[in-house]
Amino acid sequence: MTASELWNIVLMQGFAGLSLFSVLLLMGLGLAIIFGQMGVINMAHGEFMTIGAYTIFLISSLVETYAPGLMPYYFLIAIGVAFVLAFGAGWLAEWALIRHLYKRPLDTLLATWGLSLGMQQTFRSIFGAKEVSPTLPEWLMGSWSPAEGLDIPINGMFVMALTLLVTGGVFLMLYRSRWGLRVRATVANRTMANAIGINTRKTDRMTFAIGCGIAGVAGAAFTTIGSTGPTSGSLYIVDAFLVVTFGGAASLFGTVASAFGIAQAQSITEFFLNGSMAKVITLLAIVTILMIRPQGLFALKVRR
Amino acid sequence: MLNVSDLVVSYGQSQAIHGVSFEARKNETVAVMGRNGMGKTTLFKALMGVLPTKSGQVQIDGADISKEESYRRVAKGVAYVPQGRMIFPTLTVQENLETGLENAKVKEIPEDIYAMFPVLFDMRKRKGGNLSGGQQQQLAIGRALVTNPKVLLLDEPTEGIQPSIIKDIAKALNDIRKLREITIVVSEQVLSFALEVADRMFVIEGGRFVHEAARADIDPARIKQYLSV
Repeated sequence: MTASELWNIVLMQGFAGLSLFSVLLLMGLGLAIIFGQMGVINMAHGEFMTIGAYTIFLISSLVETYAPGLMPYYFLIAIGVAFVLAFGAGWLAEWALIRHLYKRPLDTLLATWGLSLGMQQTFRSIFGAKEVSPTLPEWLMGSWSPAEGLDIPINGMFVMALTLLVTGGVFLMLYRSRWGLRVRATVANRTMANAIGINTRKTDRMTFAIGCGIAGVAGAAFTTIGSTGPTSGSLYIVDAFLVVTFGGAASLFGTVASAFGIAQAQSITEFFLNGSMAKVITLLAIVTILMIRPQGLFALKVRR
Repeated sequence: MLNVSDLVVSYGQSQAIHGVSFEARKNETVAVMGRNGMGKTTLFKALMGVLPTKSGQVQIDGADISKEESYRRVAKGVAYVPQGRMIFPTLTVQENLETGLENAKVKEIPEDIYAMFPVLFDMRKRKGGNLSGGQQQQLAIGRALVTNPKVLLLDEPTEGIQPSIIKDIAKALNDIRKLREITIVVSEQVLSFALEVADRMFVIEGGRFVHEAARADIDPARIKQYLSV
């Protein structure tokens, strides 16, 4: 193996890490804003991602059967639909279940876990236990080779771009919109936010739904790099939690940085060792760092 | 303007406020004096809806608000400056003020807020948590005023504040009342501060009002006795 071949492998493996980073980041973002806003650990977050993935599959099948001419374009609209459906499901879940359990964190853990199992079974009953894949538009296939022996997959680049867009959007919403101000005030001091005129319960529901909607987009992105089954989401949930804890629960920058770190560490060690060893090494590193910095990578320094 | 009748507040089984009644008129400042643990903060929290009211009524302009959630009370014209200020430490000064605009038609901070507290304008890009205690107190008052209240509740605004700023705060409260003609209810332990701002004074002890005096009849020696430990 020559040096340039090795370099190409590092680059491609690094890029595979970037695709994983994208999905982890989208999952982690949703989890982080939900946890930050109301202290709810949403065990069902992976299933909201699966909703997004199945939405893409459904729309792709429909378009393929009824309007094959639209195949090149459906994907972008389907991402929007995935967001809307996951948003709606999140809204409903908050209204029906979560809001009754806000003062009982352990119960929300159990309840959302139950919700997760229920949703998985629902997917199994509707779509079957077999994994499905949507037919992707042509332009998402293939790869870009800027040099001999170096292949960067186009779907990976698309997922990256989508992630950048969504992350940028979330930041903009949080720091520039009225909703963002409500969320940040509630996170800082819930009682006081209510006492200054903010309807905190409405803000909770909106935040939960937006977090779930972002998970739906993560699911949509996921369909371009893997196939969808009823339990696809739960495979990512542990890593997504890891991202949130490692990054520092109150910091979105932390979420971005830790998603990047974890995905890259995983992906690069995976190539040289095997999958489980890669996981062991990543976890060991995270545990060690969290022992030294229990507040996570980034924490805000202000007088409280 | 603010009408409280037979207000009872309790923490679980133990009652903390035993049927307090008082009235505060438009363009009037009322001070509630009392030592620590006598129920001042509990009373204010109940008026704001942070603590639930067990029985009795709180009326604004004749409408009962005692069953409403805090944010509804803000919409009806009550604003709250809590003990310990409770500004949002992770938000900038400007954002802190903007949180009060929830019910405003134009989502812009009125100019008179910055005119009243120029230091807030100088610091508007800083995080609230990085301000000094006195600046945070001014921010908390400014934030409450942004909601354009009819009744302003201040819970021990001088606690932990340096003396020169206490004077500024007293002046600000008098200015606010003059400019906006609102009702101000303030709880205090510092008699000199209360004497500077109050038109009437109540003394609270063990969750009951035990003494009332209009400005002209205030006997500082007697009130001091209530406040001494």
